Amino acid sequence: MSDMNQQMAAKYQGNFLKEIEEQAETGEWVKMCMQCGVCSGSCPTNFHPGWEHPPQEIFMMIRAGKREEVLSSQSMWMCVSCYNCYVRCPRKVPITHIMHGIAEYAYRIGRAPKNQPTLHLSQTFWNNATKTGRVNEVQLTQTLYFKDGIASGIKKAMAMQDVALGLVKAGRLNLMEAIGGGHKCKDIKGIHAMLAKAKELEAQRKGRAA
Amino acid sequence: MAKKEYAFYPGCSSQKGASASNYLVSVESMCQTLDIKMTEIPDWNCCGASISYAEAGELPRHVMNARNFALAEQNLPERDIVATCAACWLGARESKERLEHSNVLLADTNTALKEAGLNLKVIPEVRHMVEVLIEDLGYAELASHVKKPLEGMKIAGYVGCQTNRPFGIAGESFENPMYLDKLIESVGAEATKYDQKVTCCGGALAFSEPDKAQAQIKDIIEAAYDSGAEMLVTPCPLCQANTEVYQGQINKKYGTKFNLPVLYYSQLMVLAYGGSAKDAGLNGQVIRARKLEEFAGK
Repeated sequence: MSDMNQQMAAKYQGNFLKEIEEQAETGEWVKMCMQCGVCSGSCPTNFHPGWEHPPQEIFMMIRAGKREEVLSSQSMWMCVSCYNCYVRCPRKVPITHIMHGIAEYAYRIGRAPKNQPTLHLSQTFWNNATKTGRVNEVQLTQTLYFKDGIASGIKKAMAMQDVALGLVKAGRLNLMEAIGGGHKCKDIKGIHAMLAKAKELEAQRKGRAA
Repeated sequence: MAKKEYAFYPGCSSQKGASASNYLVSVESMCQTLDIKMTEIPDWNCCGASISYAEAGELPRHVMNARNFALAEQNLPERDIVATCAACWLGARESKERLEHSNVLLADTNTALKEAGLNLKVIPEVRHMVEVLIEDLGYAELASHVKKPLEGMKIAGYVGCQTNRPFGIAGESFENPMYLDKLIESVGAEATKYDQKVTCCGGALAFSEPDKAQAQIKDIIEAAYDSGAEMLVTPCPLCQANTEVYQGQINKKYGTKFNLPVLYYSQLMVLAYGGSAKDAGLNGQVIRARKLEEFAGK
């Protein structure tokens, strides 16, 4: 993965703005930011402590070529997809999508922060949903709790047992899903073939093919 | 023949035994009263939700939604797709918008769809259930079916994010949308005023950043109580689950005594239309809505 990072750094030769424009989803909008900071004031308050840099600062850092600092930042991973910045931005910059786009790119070239919990959630969710075409909520929760090993997982599960029991009693947690029961698509094979092709096309289009 | 017909996209969380199964129960009952026919898109798949962005990337996410579009187009032609889940609606609408604005993306999407034996020509309209209620039926029609008004009940309409931003409901503002308050009033209850109506509950990050998300939820519940609300009502399965199931954890952490029932708009409507507690899916509440249970039994 770090090879991919070096390859991309070499390709763009220090032009980090161009790199983000071409590689990050909706990255071509970054240069439209006028540094007003409305995005920062619109981000859910209790997530601010997780920032290293507020959104408008990330945009200015991209233009200033601060490649390592941006790609390895925790900031983008704090995005809750609430779209408040997106609808308030006076320049109509699709900030939510840019945050996702930068984060995805950082992950793809191996520069995302180590053990980033929201990255782990994203991986787990997508792999879970695409395995059978539909989300298996029980297995999703299990994978999330047990990511740091059995002992830590049991501790987390114990702390959450009131929540889980409440859901089971209310008929909103199907324990059969733990052993692969529950809901799934019929054409799982077709879905897998379709997604493999989509992944291949995307890597080609972005010049990230292995 | 039913008055209105749609291609139904129920979404993962609404399936039997899943976290929003009570939402589906109440929607089915509500649609029966309103003579709305919802035909499930055959073999529909997950929309990817917002949180899949990092692992999925761009094209695979749109392809997942495109598969549902193609299945709807093929099996239920010329019907609007209707989602009950805010995230399904947002994910699908976002894919529709991107695919309609980029021939390159659409061509790649069709290349991928071919692997599943599908092809996409026309992308159907993608709508949320509340849009159908408000735009295709209207508040007056919704109110006309009320047999038992929820008189005297004080309810905080919690709109949250994804039915409100970035697309929103036509004619509503992002900062203070009124549609949920109007739905509450159309069944005879009182919509309380509070300042956290469109605050984010933390969304999927309730899993990965629980402390931060629970602090968001605490702000929302607290403000709802301060407005005199006896319960919260929402149009989104994730808002519902987050604001309901973590109240116990928040109480432990902050010493609060939260015990606020969190309902779907559809559950209120079913009860006002004279449905039973079971029709409304009240047995699916983690925090029991006792006042509504009593109301349903009268």
